[in-house]
Amino acid sequence: MGRRLLFILPGLVFLALVAAFYAGLGRDPALVPSALIGKPVPHFALPALLDGGAGLQTADLKGRVALVNVFASWCVPCRAEHPFLMRLAKEGVELDAINYKDKPEDARLWLGTLGDPYKRIGADREGTVALDWGVYGVPETFVIDREGTIRYKQVGPLSPDDINDTILPLVRQLSK
Amino acid sequence: MITEIGQFALVLALLVALVQASVPLYGARHGNAPLMALARPAAQAQFALVLIAFLALMYAFATSDFSVFVVAENSHSTMPLIYKLAGVWGNHEGSMVLWVLILTLFGAGVASFGGNLPPALQARVLAVQAMIGAGFLAFILLTSDPLARVLPPPADGRGLNPLLQDPGLASHPPMLYLGYVGFSMAFSFAVAALIEGRVDAAWARWVRPWTLAAWCALTLGIAMGSWWAYYTLGWGGFWFWDPVENASFMPWLAGTALLHSAIVVEKRDALKSWTILLAILTFSLSLVGTFLVRSGVLTSVHAFATDPRRGVFILLLLAVAIGGSLALYAVRAPALQPGGLFAPLSREAALLLNNLLLASAAATVLIGTLYPLFLDAVGGPKISVGAPYFNLTFGPLMTPLLVVVVVGPFLAWKRADLAGALQRLWAAAVAALAGALVTLYLHSGGPLLAVLGMGLAAWLVVGAGTELAERLRLLRAPWPEVWQRARRLPRASYGMTLAHAGLGITLAGIIAMTSWKVEHIQIMRPGETVDLAGYSVRLERVEPARGPNYEGQRAVFTVTRGSRFVATLFPAKRNFPVAGQDTTETAIHTLGIADIYAVLGDGDGKGGWTVRLYYNPLAPFIWFGGVIMVLGGLVSLSDRRYRIGAPARRPLPAGPAGLANAPGD
Repeated sequence: MGRRLLFILPGLVFLALVAAFYAGLGRDPALVPSALIGKPVPHFALPALLDGGAGLQTADLKGRVALVNVFASWCVPCRAEHPFLMRLAKEGVELDAINYKDKPEDARLWLGTLGDPYKRIGADREGTVALDWGVYGVPETFVIDREGTIRYKQVGPLSPDDINDTILPLVRQLSK
Repeated sequence: MITEIGQFALVLALLVALVQASVPLYGARHGNAPLMALARPAAQAQFALVLIAFLALMYAFATSDFSVFVVAENSHSTMPLIYKLAGVWGNHEGSMVLWVLILTLFGAGVASFGGNLPPALQARVLAVQAMIGAGFLAFILLTSDPLARVLPPPADGRGLNPLLQDPGLASHPPMLYLGYVGFSMAFSFAVAALIEGRVDAAWARWVRPWTLAAWCALTLGIAMGSWWAYYTLGWGGFWFWDPVENASFMPWLAGTALLHSAIVVEKRDALKSWTILLAILTFSLSLVGTFLVRSGVLTSVHAFATDPRRGVFILLLLAVAIGGSLALYAVRAPALQPGGLFAPLSREAALLLNNLLLASAAATVLIGTLYPLFLDAVGGPKISVGAPYFNLTFGPLMTPLLVVVVVGPFLAWKRADLAGALQRLWAAAVAALAGALVTLYLHSGGPLLAVLGMGLAAWLVVGAGTELAERLRLLRAPWPEVWQRARRLPRASYGMTLAHAGLGITLAGIIAMTSWKVEHIQIMRPGETVDLAGYSVRLERVEPARGPNYEGQRAVFTVTRGSRFVATLFPAKRNFPVAGQDTTETAIHTLGIADIYAVLGDGDGKGGWTVRLYYNPLAPFIWFGGVIMVLGGLVSLSDRRYRIGAPARRPLPAGPAGLANAPGD
């Protein structure tokens, strides 16, 4: 029997590997401290995603507390947080977005079907601006103060708890 | 039109693969010869169909047909033709087609040249090969269609990553793929043997040439990749332990182990279930390497970089292929006849030790590569595992291996006499000692480990030579006899000598370059001179330089030694406006035993330029040794016993475990 077990072992090790991979797929990542916290927003200007809509550039993020959400239509966790963003927008919170490495038609379809919570959306087809922002995956959400300094970065999808316990209190505190 | 033909061919290839994966298997089980024979034309047809699709894609790239999505995304009309063609595999979709093309090429090879295989084994091997093919063709068609159209077509393409616009890199992926996919042959043979329930010397003799060919391609691919990193990235290094490199290195380690354990199966009929497991693991590591790391599926932690369907599909595919074969292994391997016994001190034992060390090394790299991923999966902190981990764990595993490499070939099969073997190795031992002492003298004060490493390199090279000299009875027998022996010696022996010596040469290069490299990073103005390891390097001027799809600056350096002119170097910086990316072009002048390496950085706006100058001792040895290793593999591959085919197999109810073919050379 002991010998038999030896032959089953490789399969078992592999099963454990697959389980870990699978867990890695759906998981919401642990927070990574961003090097950009406390730094000014990088200089950038992105064209509008929607015809007739507003693009996004550095100047848009000064003089008020701003929330910038990085999203893509191909990103599954983005879909998970989208309803909460819609609720935020309905409550009158102003949201801006960077559409990350997306096909414009896909992104438009996404906003058309799920609703558009954003005031301004910059289309970052190449992902180069997101790179300057230190984005390494989607979704990510940034809180920026009146001086245009990045104060907080949420890695991964926002949950209602994140919004109520972290994002909104921070926005309120910064708006004072 | 041609594009649609290509797409249609891919669909047909999938259908052929499905037939090839099922019907011959059924035929082999029921001894139905016509059904088994179906595998051969099917494998050839599958290859032809994938080739049509590949050529259609290549045509779209060559003619810059931007209505094809992949072309629009990865090509540009101003690119030179060679990079348009290389662009075919410079992207995910196209590289998948290349992958399957090579897979079916190997299948067609077995179908066309495997005439000496028993029909049932051939049918099963081809069926397994077709299962892999069907899986990946389905993946291509369902999630990464290379020939999808985009309407309306854009006016021009988005260009290929400028870093990839390099002859070395253009030819590097096909080489790597040839290696990765080549191991699929060993995998198919292993699974077929498990289905059949039989592994013997003849089986090992059929598997070895395929493994050897794949190993040669992979070795060359890795060497080219590292050479590319050395001269393009401009960091003066040649190996960075990054996931992409590790992805190619893990199958190499496992494949090298497989190559050696298959010898034991062939010559001694032992280590059978271990060899089967290694064959499965080697290809599994190739799959994990290509798909999980290279395609970026799991490096991005929140979501897939491109498309979540791809990731799930790939994971499923890997689970079925690897999980299925390991399950089959768990069920069938215990029933394999255990083979010849051997003493703890014998050639077999030395090869087993080689296998254990190589497998541990592969596991070490795997853990280092995947550990950050696992830690994240269980909610731990995010970390990255870098060179210090690999240097710390890899060295201690490799050092005993490199010692054994030389001793092993001196040991006899079954039961060996270590004292006798060591006695015959005195020349190598003296050379190792001399190598270490000379190095110590030349670089007195150098790191002790590096000095020992140079001794080890000398041990490897001289040890390999000593082994050959022993076989030929060089200097001990009269010349005509030596000549006779040299002619009779199988080519595989020469191959081994070359490969082991090549390893020593590479080792010398790696150690010298990492330990004694001279580096100057500073701001230089035109007219200034820097002393670099005895050479004077003078910056003459920096001038604008323009190419078909880039613009940039070029520096002119003159290298002199004393009053003697050595070389002019032209390192450059290029900006590719279409891709919005900068690249640095390093300039390397090789002196044979060292490289002078120059990189141009940014200007300081006041007439000065950041430059990096390196003197890399023995750097060319790293790749020279790699080429020697490949040469050794090729010489071994040309061995007569692979050309005349394998000996007849024993009848199925196997007698006492013995040797079917002639005893070892």
